[in-house]
Amino acid sequence: MSARIELRHVSKVYGDDPHRALTLLAQGADKHQVLADTGSHVGLYDVSLSIPAGGIYAIMGLSGSGKSTLVRHINRLIDPSAGQVLVDGEDVLGFSAARLRDLRRRRISMVFQHFGLLPHRTVLENVAFGRRVRGESRRNAQAAAQGWLARVGLSGHERDYPDHLSGGMRQRVGLARALASDTDILLMDEPFSALDPLLRDDLQSQLLTLQAELGKTIVFITHDVEEAFRLGQRIALLRDGRLVQEGEPAAVRAAPVDDYVARFVARVSGADVPRSTGSAPG
Amino acid sequence: MDFFVPLDLREPINQAVDSLVVRYGDRLHVLNDLILQGLLLPLERALRGAPPWVILLVVALLAWRATRRWQVALPLTVACYLIGCFGLWDALMQTLALVLVATVLAVVAGLPLGIVAAHSRRLRAVVLPVLDVMQTLPTFVYLIPAVMLFGLGKVPAILATVVYAICPLVRLTDLGLRQVDPDVQEAAHSFGTTRWQMLLGVQLPLAWPSILAGVNQTVMMALSMVVVASMIGARGLGEEVLAGIQTLDVGRGLQAGLAIVLLAVAIDRITQGFGRVRRPIRDEERRS
Repeated sequence: MSARIELRHVSKVYGDDPHRALTLLAQGADKHQVLADTGSHVGLYDVSLSIPAGGIYAIMGLSGSGKSTLVRHINRLIDPSAGQVLVDGEDVLGFSAARLRDLRRRRISMVFQHFGLLPHRTVLENVAFGRRVRGESRRNAQAAAQGWLARVGLSGHERDYPDHLSGGMRQRVGLARALASDTDILLMDEPFSALDPLLRDDLQSQLLTLQAELGKTIVFITHDVEEAFRLGQRIALLRDGRLVQEGEPAAVRAAPVDDYVARFVARVSGADVPRSTGSAPG
Repeated sequence: MDFFVPLDLREPINQAVDSLVVRYGDRLHVLNDLILQGLLLPLERALRGAPPWVILLVVALLAWRATRRWQVALPLTVACYLIGCFGLWDALMQTLALVLVATVLAVVAGLPLGIVAAHSRRLRAVVLPVLDVMQTLPTFVYLIPAVMLFGLGKVPAILATVVYAICPLVRLTDLGLRQVDPDVQEAAHSFGTTRWQMLLGVQLPLAWPSILAGVNQTVMMALSMVVVASMIGARGLGEEVLAGIQTLDVGRGLQAGLAIVLLAVAIDRITQGFGRVRRPIRDEERRS
């Protein structure tokens, strides 16, 4: 299957002199050394990924591993320090401001860990937001929004404000808002991490049901191995800004490339591993 | 030899002001007329021409709309009625017109300044210190050049008021915009908003309480200027206070001062009420 989204040697360094940091990294320094030497934070280093069309692609890692940074490169909420980002074969880094807006309006939508709902607008207005932004009439946008609210099971809450909803309901609003844009690509940045486990389970099932009908390309970020293995048709593992392993869940489980992955994977096979694995700055 | 190096700013400043008057005097008089004929006089005529009960009704409705509590709206209306009982209704309307025009001008200038300051660190570094100077500079110091440029009357009084009162509005607009939840802005951004869509649809609405707090402060500071403004020819309650001082008529001065306080309380409650975030919980019964 052809790649819908491709990252080629993407690096992201936060700091005044990314080039020096990149040079150090190329010489084999790790992110802690780079921070000590240059004061720059390494978000990602030399990540290459190919995300196929259709299906859920799970990207997993602990906090500080760079997974949220990575997903933001796809719709260019973050620009890389080096490397290429291709969506449907087009290099989005070369996009003009207008084309980039169009990409975000019609081809890629996103769901956020902390929902990012507009507190001054009703649930219906929030879900209609993406369509309103691209210039659709209020009536059309809200009619579409109504339909998506029904599909995530929130009919009857149209006129509520986000503050009055529970966390699970808010994230379903966030999901409906992203789906209402009718984009082929859906980015989900730890969408269920802020929810309690039972609710998370419900929302995962709901996502799988929806995805079975919609067949979108979903990039799903999570720090939860079980979630990644449950949802992902493919899985990528990040550590300290680097890609450690990538592949189908069964393959990753059968042949972890190193201890780090093995400890992660052990969790899904049911083995007992202490909760905290490794330490990385948040 | 003296320890202090002699420096004299008086002459250069005098010359600068003089040349300003000579060179731009005519044009500034056009501005003067524009504000006077275009804004202040029509408003003043309308306010003084309207029957007092209409004004009181408007106050009552505004206060109710802002606070949704008749326990607040009613006393505020009575307070305004009291000012009329003191025989100061006409002066009250003149002062109100002055304060409203000054506030509108302050908002027209201050809101964009606040937006600019919030979006550019460099401009903020310039704008905010200038505002601090404008706010702390003794009023009389720029009142006199203002009179030289615009002549005696209401317009220099209004402009001096704007200079003094604009600071909190700019500051609180800047602050409110910078405090908008970055997560919400990022989410809006991810849907492809333009700068304008972001500003009008997300940032300004979310900064609204802070901006309204700025407007509130601006109105309060404008009110505190009315007595000073009356010294250069603005009419209204300030003039009454001034007359009270000049004739040692303590009662007259205090009575007009009290009227200013009552007006201040009324405007304060109303603008604060509008600044409060209020999202009605609808369909509550249906959900429970």
